[in-house]
Amino acid sequence: MRLHTFRGGVHPPSQKHLSADRSIEVLPLPPRLYIPLQQHAGAPALPVVTVGQKVAKGELLAREHGVTSAPLHAPSSGTVTAIGDFTAPHASGLPLPTIVLDTDGEEHWVESEPPPDPFSRTPEEVARQVGAAGIVGMGGANFPASVKLSKARQAGVHTLVVNGAECEPYVTCDDRLMRERATEIVDGAAIMLHALQAPRALIAIEDNKPEAVQAMRDACQNDARMTVLSLPSRYPAGSAKQLIQLLSGLETPSGGRGTDTGLLVHNVGTAYSVHRALRYGQPLISRIVTVSGGAVAEPRNLEVPLGALAVDLLNYCGGVSKDCARLLMGGPMMGQPLPGVEVPVIKGTNGILALTAAEAGEAQPASPCIRCGRCVEACPMGLLPLELSKRARSEDWSGIQALGLSDCMSCGSCAYVCPSHIPLPQYFAFARGKLAEQRREERKSAHIRELMEQRQARFARAEQAKAEAAAKRQAAKKQRAVVMEEED
Amino acid sequence: MNINPVAGAPHAHDGDSVSRLMGLVLLALLPAVLYGVVLFGWPAVNLLIVTLIVCLLCEAGCLWLAGRSVRLGLMDGTALLTGVLLALSLPPWAPWWIGAVGGGFAIIVGKQVFGGTGQNVFNPAMLARVMLLVSFPVEMTTWLEPHPWLSGSAPGFLEGLLITFGHSEIADGVTGATILGYARTELVMNHALSQILPEHYHTGFAAIGWTGGSLGETSAILVLMGGLWLLWRKAITWYIPVAMLGAVLVLASGFHWLNAERFADPVLHVLSGGLMLGAFFIATDPVTSPVSRGGQIVFGIGCGALVYIIRTWGGYPEGVAFAVVLMNAATPLVDHYLRPRAYGRTWSGQSRPISERAKHAAMGRDAGSGSR
Repeated sequence: MRLHTFRGGVHPPSQKHLSADRSIEVLPLPPRLYIPLQQHAGAPALPVVTVGQKVAKGELLAREHGVTSAPLHAPSSGTVTAIGDFTAPHASGLPLPTIVLDTDGEEHWVESEPPPDPFSRTPEEVARQVGAAGIVGMGGANFPASVKLSKARQAGVHTLVVNGAECEPYVTCDDRLMRERATEIVDGAAIMLHALQAPRALIAIEDNKPEAVQAMRDACQNDARMTVLSLPSRYPAGSAKQLIQLLSGLETPSGGRGTDTGLLVHNVGTAYSVHRALRYGQPLISRIVTVSGGAVAEPRNLEVPLGALAVDLLNYCGGVSKDCARLLMGGPMMGQPLPGVEVPVIKGTNGILALTAAEAGEAQPASPCIRCGRCVEACPMGLLPLELSKRARSEDWSGIQALGLSDCMSCGSCAYVCPSHIPLPQYFAFARGKLAEQRREERKSAHIRELMEQRQARFARAEQAKAEAAAKRQAAKKQRAVVMEEED
Repeated sequence: MNINPVAGAPHAHDGDSVSRLMGLVLLALLPAVLYGVVLFGWPAVNLLIVTLIVCLLCEAGCLWLAGRSVRLGLMDGTALLTGVLLALSLPPWAPWWIGAVGGGFAIIVGKQVFGGTGQNVFNPAMLARVMLLVSFPVEMTTWLEPHPWLSGSAPGFLEGLLITFGHSEIADGVTGATILGYARTELVMNHALSQILPEHYHTGFAAIGWTGGSLGETSAILVLMGGLWLLWRKAITWYIPVAMLGAVLVLASGFHWLNAERFADPVLHVLSGGLMLGAFFIATDPVTSPVSRGGQIVFGIGCGALVYIIRTWGGYPEGVAFAVVLMNAATPLVDHYLRPRAYGRTWSGQSRPISERAKHAAMGRDAGSGSR
């Protein structure tokens, strides 16, 4: 198949060699797990357990709330000891409502019937089952997978793209998953094809993972619907929009949906979870996490129960050395800086990285922009990052929207190449925050205006009613007067 | 353990910096600078030093006045580069105050009044050169034949000081016009190029720079080598140099083909004056050129076309400085109209719908050739 290309992008050193040759190891069960209620795009889940309740592994802890949401299940058996606030995996370090589970080490599963053959079920049932298993996009977007599946089927998607590009440096969890569990991923992809009623799947992998490409090719050689593609390695090839463009030459319309192109992108980890859910009835309660970086003694790929703390993972990998300058969840290009090591792994966590100052590129403070245009060359969305940041600095909010801020996906390519070391994505995040605030204010004032108008209308109606009543009284009085006159 | 200063993604960088970039450009200029010094001796050294010192002092003074870090401002290397580029474009035996006035003008009026590094509209060195050329035409057009170091005709150290800082008249015998200036004067007198060129112009000498001219512009080969090295190191992109040289080549070839007696051949144009230096080192100044690829190509073509027009029909024999400054003024306009097309949008910025045909074509073709 002929590949197309996408604009811009960068070639950061992949650093995958640090952990790529380490087989997936199971993290010893931590004594306590912290499960935030919000670990997906959409509304937070609603707890269905109470403090003190004993739960089995895989038992429902919290149910979804609304259409775009996802349920949570117990990653291990044990006792719910608290439902309260705990530090969220976010740079702010703000607390989020979290279920705390003390594990008993028995790992006994909740009792359930073995699920029926997924191909004997209707596409709707399969999508519903994916939703009930709490599966979200595991590449980091965290969008509920069932919503994507059912919407895509309605939109007439003809191709499922199984995303194994893994373009973020350091991260090797998808690489290991593809090497070690290729058959399971291919089965998950087949189930998703059934849910989509789509004729084919493309499995896209960057060419810096030849072993994964080979493993996936071996696993799907008996399924003519599936094609494994080796992509040239260039960040951000694993971004859904760029991946769609690479494979089809089509661009998701600005403000539109990816499915408008007829392609739907799902991460390999998601496909694997779909296999676990539909074949064994197991909900999403664990995932593969890469622990890596120059400040980690022994980088590894770990299978981790959701809710394990970063410190549990780091300790298992020999701890963090003193020269750690940046602790991240996710890859270095788009990852979140963590407020500390006491932060739980969530469904979208693909890596815990401890980087040294040299790795994090902290060479210099920002200096003035020299308009070199490298950010323009690097931007995969065709935007003008230098102009956007200029607008953000001068707080020109309408100007920044006109320049297409909403198209920016914060991939960080612009800042990666900026010789002036300007933190461009931070300006964009700042502008987004301000614009969101503005929209909230506008909604609020519109709401107030509406209430005022209603109040005035109510008053006017009351006035009118009063006037009418007075007129009626007047008329009645007159009537009476006439009658009295007549009686006289 | 020092966990996380406030810093957002990305947590990686390609390691480049403004000072490294300027350092590369300076290094690429070094052969041309050394050659100019060898060719024109001590006066050239004096002029270079005066220009550089004035540029750095003015930069430091302005930064101090503006309350910015003088050290960081000087460290970025932009003022040093401006000084070198200006000195390279001056007549090598010009008096010291030409370098001093030019350097001061470049930094203060050309750069710092706009707000310093990154804010200036015009290339500071070229703005200063234009100012000097307009204000001091005699000093700025007194060229001399090469006086290579250690040759009998080279001035000694003291003599050099006298030429730069004193009032020594440069003997008439050693001066001469550049080939562009000479050709222009002769053409005005209706002499044909076939009469003018042979005794004054030799392609080989022009290429290696064995000729009269500005301090660092004479050797097209050395400048070209420096430029190619910058391209190889990815300090500059090819868009502007190729567009600028290409425009001159195309125009010069066309007119030379029409009338070889009136219009000089393209090789002469490319090897003479400041064109090579302009194409690789001056027009590529990131601050004053457009930011997008398309914009840079348009900018380069504009610079090249203006150089040719000014050289051929303008009032001055050489036009690189004027051309670059004029195109600098057009840069905001070019940037406004020539933007890259954003992903998922049309050129006019509207959302770009996908036709059903394109959607199914993509599927059909891919499915048809879907071999593993």
